[in-house]
Amino acid sequence: MNSLPLAARDASTMLRRNLLHARRYPSLTLNLLFTPVMLLLLFVYIFGDVMSAGIGGGAGRSEYLAYLVPGILMLTIGGTTIGSAVSVSMDMNEGVIARFRTMAIHRGSVLIGHVVGSVLQCVLSVVVVGAVAVAIGFRSVDATVLDWVLAVGLLTLVSLALTWIAVGMGLSSPNAEAASNNAMPLMVLPLLSSAFVPVDAMPGWFRPIAEYQPFTPAIETLRGLLLGTETGHNAWLAVVWCLALAVLGYVWSRSLFEREPK
Amino acid sequence: MPTSVMPTSKRNGPRPPAAVSAVGLRKSYGDKAVLDGIDLAIPAGSVFALLGPNGAGKTTTVKILSTLIAADGGQAQVAGHDLAGDPQAVRAAIGVTGQFSAVDGLITGEENMLLMADLHHLTRREGRRVSAGLLERFDLTEAAKKPAAAYSGGMKRRLDIAMTLVGSPRIIFLDEPTTGLDPRSRHAMWQIIRELVAGGVTVFLTTQYLQEADELADRIAVLNDGRIVAEGTADELKRLVPGGHVRLRFTDPAAYRAAASALGDATRDDASLTLRLAGDGSQRALRSVLDRLESARVEADELTVHTPDLDDVFFALTGGAVVPDPHEETVR
Repeated sequence: MNSLPLAARDASTMLRRNLLHARRYPSLTLNLLFTPVMLLLLFVYIFGDVMSAGIGGGAGRSEYLAYLVPGILMLTIGGTTIGSAVSVSMDMNEGVIARFRTMAIHRGSVLIGHVVGSVLQCVLSVVVVGAVAVAIGFRSVDATVLDWVLAVGLLTLVSLALTWIAVGMGLSSPNAEAASNNAMPLMVLPLLSSAFVPVDAMPGWFRPIAEYQPFTPAIETLRGLLLGTETGHNAWLAVVWCLALAVLGYVWSRSLFEREPK
Repeated sequence: MPTSVMPTSKRNGPRPPAAVSAVGLRKSYGDKAVLDGIDLAIPAGSVFALLGPNGAGKTTTVKILSTLIAADGGQAQVAGHDLAGDPQAVRAAIGVTGQFSAVDGLITGEENMLLMADLHHLTRREGRRVSAGLLERFDLTEAAKKPAAAYSGGMKRRLDIAMTLVGSPRIIFLDEPTTGLDPRSRHAMWQIIRELVAGGVTVFLTTQYLQEADELADRIAVLNDGRIVAEGTADELKRLVPGGHVRLRFTDPAAYRAAASALGDATRDDASLTLRLAGDGSQRALRSVLDRLESARVEADELTVHTPDLDDVFFALTGGAVVPDPHEETVR
């Protein structure tokens, strides 16, 4: 018997279970959408005139909106994966997980189901927040079809990387509250990146913090794809960051899941 | 079904294959040895009860035998497969229902069943058929569309067992299946377990209720502090502990005194006008008592036969509580 189709079948069963959870209890996902949408509106309509000065060149509110959206989309992914950490941690406290462990199913299917479900949720959240951005005037004028494909690919890759990290955080947390706290960096790091103002406009001591973290290269790359700005080495950096985080999160999560339940 | 054969004794015909066998299972958490060398030999098709107080190691034993955790020492075969060597083969043969219901509370009972059907790789049609049949059998059809979190304790436990049965396991582990259930649900659960056994399934049951082990199990092992302190049929275990007696209670002091002199070997309790006679409660012993009362022309107002029950055995073996002294036991 070939084990790969069985693994895929078990994983898709687990994915359906997670999607059923998400569909039945959408409040967690919707709550997480609130923060990026609120930040988007706040920074455009309340702080917009002041913030636009930060990006230089006599920019106005609409230029700032264009600058802001790629960062907000990445922040949306970060926020959504906090939800993944919470639901993994809640799930691990369910008796049904112990049942899965005593069944002759593919070992990794529980986690793979969570990861694929979370990536789908991230993409969906990005679409919703992106739609809000478009509704308030965001336009991507220069992007070619290839740029769009690459942008979607990048967003998916970031979602995958952050999700594996979030799953590890969820598995290592004893309960939902702890998972939510432990996964906070996924929401805080984009705030400390080039999402809101360029790194050059930050105080010198702070720049390394903004520069040497995954969100800045990912945001700069997305900006380059959607707005045609210079990406430089950021594209490669972003891909390396994502692959490294995905592998790290995967290895970490697998070892946590294989750990003996209490 | 053989009910009273010790593992070492001779029996006629071929031995049924062992569903579960274990030698020297050990498990420690830190310094604390939870299991301190457990040996088991459970014939296929029988009901085995692991009886013990809280913290004795019952759940740990089930967790090890159901591949949830690994033993630190010793070895075990379940359904003919080595636990450490081929856990997936063990998992394919077993079903586990834990102490805390292993159902997904966020989805409906029916969705829980279909989830199990998918994980057992049944076709969609087969899955629906099996799931509907089991929901019907466990009286859950009406609640099938409700989220499992809204179920009562007894319903959750029934759904739990129904989910376990989707894969038609040959060996079922039931970890305290009736803990926390009301008497009606408990009896319903007993009936379910009897039906499983009638279907040829081997049942490994843990319980802290002596009556439950007595009712259901072919063989009982008493687990205390990580060791099996006694093993046998309920009757064999009861024989380990003396304490059977007949008790006669009187309201008329004159009748009481007459009976006491007729039954010279009785233990007297003048305050409550009660006589106790050591005996096993057999028909012959009872007749002799009644004959002697008859010839003395006295009639007891109440006659009770006390046979040692598993409670006596349990307390005597586990030493956790005071063993009631027959001579000081108060009138119940």
